[in-house]
Amino acid sequence: MSREWLRAKYSAGVGLLLFLLLPGLAFADGPQATPNIFAPASTPASDISHLAIFALSVTAGIFVVVGGLLAFAVIRFRDRGDKSDKREPAQIYGSNQIELAWTVVPILIVVVLFLTTARMIFAIQDAPKPPHAVDVTVVGHQFWWEYRYPKLGITTANELHVPLSSDKQPQPTYLKLLSADVVHSFWVPQLAGKTDVIPNHENLTWIDPKAPGLYVGQCAQFCGIEHADMLLRVYVDTPEQFAAWVKNQQEPAVQDPTVAEGRRVFETQACMNCHTIRGTAATGRFGPDLTHLMSRETLASGVIPNTPANLRQWIENPDTFKPGALMPAMQLTDQQLDEVTAYLETLK
Amino acid sequence: MADHTLPIGGTLDVTPERLSRPTFLEWVTDWVTTVDHKKLGLMYIIYSVVFLLVGGAEAMAIRIQLMFPNSHFVAPDTYNRLFTMHGTTMVFLMGMPFLFGLANYVMPLQIGARDMAFPRLNAFSFWLTAFGGLMLYYSFIGGSGLYGVGNAPDVTWWFYAPLTSRAFSPGHGVDYWALSLIVSGIGTLGFAINTLATVFSMRCKGMTLLRMPLFSWVVTVASGLLLITITPLTAAQIMLTIDRYLGGHFFDTQAGGSAVVWMHFFWIFGHPEVYVLVFPAFAIANEVIPVFSRKAIFGYPAMVAATVGIAFISMGVWAHHMFTVGMTSVSNTFFVLSTELVGVPTGIKIFNWLATMWGGKIRFKTPMLFLTAFLFQFLIAGLTGIILSIAPFDWQLHNSYFVIAHFHYMLVGAIIFAVSGGFYYWYPKATGRMMSETIGKWHFWLFLIGFHVTFDTMHFVGLEGMPRSIYSYPADRGWQHLNVIISIGGFIQAIAMLLFAYNLIWSLRKGEVAGNDPWDAWTLEWATSSPPPVYNFAVEPEVRSRRPLWDLKHPEDPDWKYE
Repeated sequence: MSREWLRAKYSAGVGLLLFLLLPGLAFADGPQATPNIFAPASTPASDISHLAIFALSVTAGIFVVVGGLLAFAVIRFRDRGDKSDKREPAQIYGSNQIELAWTVVPILIVVVLFLTTARMIFAIQDAPKPPHAVDVTVVGHQFWWEYRYPKLGITTANELHVPLSSDKQPQPTYLKLLSADVVHSFWVPQLAGKTDVIPNHENLTWIDPKAPGLYVGQCAQFCGIEHADMLLRVYVDTPEQFAAWVKNQQEPAVQDPTVAEGRRVFETQACMNCHTIRGTAATGRFGPDLTHLMSRETLASGVIPNTPANLRQWIENPDTFKPGALMPAMQLTDQQLDEVTAYLETLK
Repeated sequence: MADHTLPIGGTLDVTPERLSRPTFLEWVTDWVTTVDHKKLGLMYIIYSVVFLLVGGAEAMAIRIQLMFPNSHFVAPDTYNRLFTMHGTTMVFLMGMPFLFGLANYVMPLQIGARDMAFPRLNAFSFWLTAFGGLMLYYSFIGGSGLYGVGNAPDVTWWFYAPLTSRAFSPGHGVDYWALSLIVSGIGTLGFAINTLATVFSMRCKGMTLLRMPLFSWVVTVASGLLLITITPLTAAQIMLTIDRYLGGHFFDTQAGGSAVVWMHFFWIFGHPEVYVLVFPAFAIANEVIPVFSRKAIFGYPAMVAATVGIAFISMGVWAHHMFTVGMTSVSNTFFVLSTELVGVPTGIKIFNWLATMWGGKIRFKTPMLFLTAFLFQFLIAGLTGIILSIAPFDWQLHNSYFVIAHFHYMLVGAIIFAVSGGFYYWYPKATGRMMSETIGKWHFWLFLIGFHVTFDTMHFVGLEGMPRSIYSYPADRGWQHLNVIISIGGFIQAIAMLLFAYNLIWSLRKGEVAGNDPWDAWTLEWATSSPPPVYNFAVEPEVRSRRPLWDLKHPEDPDWKYE
């Protein structure tokens, strides 16, 4: 068995594996730890995965035909090392008919792919927005996400909550994408394709998740030193959960006199320059809104679980978890750290 | 000594015989001041091989880092510098100089010329290119020194604004990048002008444009493309520098500038640039595949037309890098169509190479092994390109590891494989000695295995949602197993590359003596001695067909009867 044959077989095998495995991965229900684009849970992602299967089938077909011909030529027309036969093979310079054929056939394939694609572009990108859609303004920051719900009067960060949608009761969420600094990209693979988040350039995307739970993704356009840790978390809530979440977020911050010392630290140190806690003197806009910090499961844009120990360490020196994060080490004393952590822990 | 059965080229030796070996100083002076296209070509190629190894080392550091989640092999800022420099190096300091070197060396020989049209411009272009590369790498030690890794740029090789503004990139990394590439870009323009002038005015007697070997055709088209596409890059870099130092607001979004305008400028350079990089692979395939299949290239006029067609269409596809930017649905649709149309001339090329092999007697020496792998891998890279042109699918795949897999299939699987084949093919001409076939086959098989282990796997991790440019990833994403496989493949490729470098050096002294025409080839460069004398041909050759040496070897059945 010749090496060439093995080589050809190997290439063909790899290609087939690549294309045939994909449909097997498709259409799992609900959120997954690995944000596979073939496990869609929302209309745009699901439409794209169907188109993807079609495109992969077409290209796999082309690969099998052309790759097969190539493999055949490599095996059939190799020099068999017959020293006695010194003749050169017949010289053929071209053939207009054959060349025309392999120009026209690809053009036809292009036409089919193009029309299918164009239809999908218009269907997803120009989908009319229903009046009852939930509006969210997403603002990309180095290196975290700000979420505002203009109709609901909510501002939060890093953990996006959206209502569940269903075929019977469609409830899409429309995301307006803005950037406070550099170019980012909003990408939650199971929900929709990515859309860039560009300063001075408003973009729009939409999702209508069909299964509740936590969907993960992350910033998909390099945005600086901590681009890798600009994670995305989208919580899809049932209508009741969503209503309860909205109600809680609309409340001003909890006022707990037992942690007044911590609040004083927050309001007299630099914290309040960057962070907002609604109902207090802190109205900074540079960092995440902390009014309901304890309603979030993670800190630092999804990098660490929101535990008191992590929170304290984060305030002491954010670089421990996220080297290059724009929040500076606050140079607080141990006592101040304990007090401010205790205060933040009350912000349910 | 030229073969006496081949009257082209002649054996007239007009070089005065040296009385003694040159001193080291004389030797250095000779190389530094040379205007000989062959020496300049070799210097370009050595320069590109050095940067191939440097860029490869950066890739290995990246792969070590990504093998495990939350890895701390290098710090985040160092990692960002590594992948920025890896991309910039491989595109600007390896891929392009290799094209310039090979074109410089082979093209004048192939068209029967004694040198390029402007030998001093040629030397000037090389030294500008070389200076640009050295200046970029000086950023590691220059500026504020080696702490971390100095001032090397850390904003990806596409340098999206406004991350490059002084507000977000206060050091000098961006400046090193912009200035270095402006300088080497001027060198590139010099090369392009020189090549076009040479091709249009220095061809030997009888060599009409449609008798010119396809290698030289591809080099010509690549030069035309460079002339057009380097310009917007240089313009953008000048605007960027104005923004940074003279208070301009071209890309300053906080003062009403536009980040999207930078993207357009960059990609209207960047996409044709991809074709500039892949053209050397086409050029090499056009020579190696016919010679080792023992057949004339199939459909020569169609191959010329396809090359020009690819270059033409490539200038109208740039915004397929921007499907996620939020262009209108109509613009997106336009760029889907233009991008998919590239598949037509590309398909013609693949089919013509296939038809050239069809009915031949294919000799699987090392060059042909590489070119066979090139064909399969180029086919797959083209097909994943079609997949990425489907804009909605691209909304998912853009900036994911699927894209990385796609363009490394093109840059490594197609280009580096073809380029390696080109090394084994022309090395005997340039040095007079064959490269070792034994090491060559080891190099080929190891590289093939490593390549597929790495880049086939990389498609899947992209489909699983792993974005590019990240220095680490959370452990619970489930990407680790595939990343370990990808890294192992990378290390295998590194071993293959070291074997290749060893072969290049070993064969220089120990390789079998090649003779003028070791491959029984058909173009003019094989009619002169190996290595060729300074003047290339003592007597100007005269050709009557696309394969002058075929005509000489087969007087009973010459090509010119059929063309």
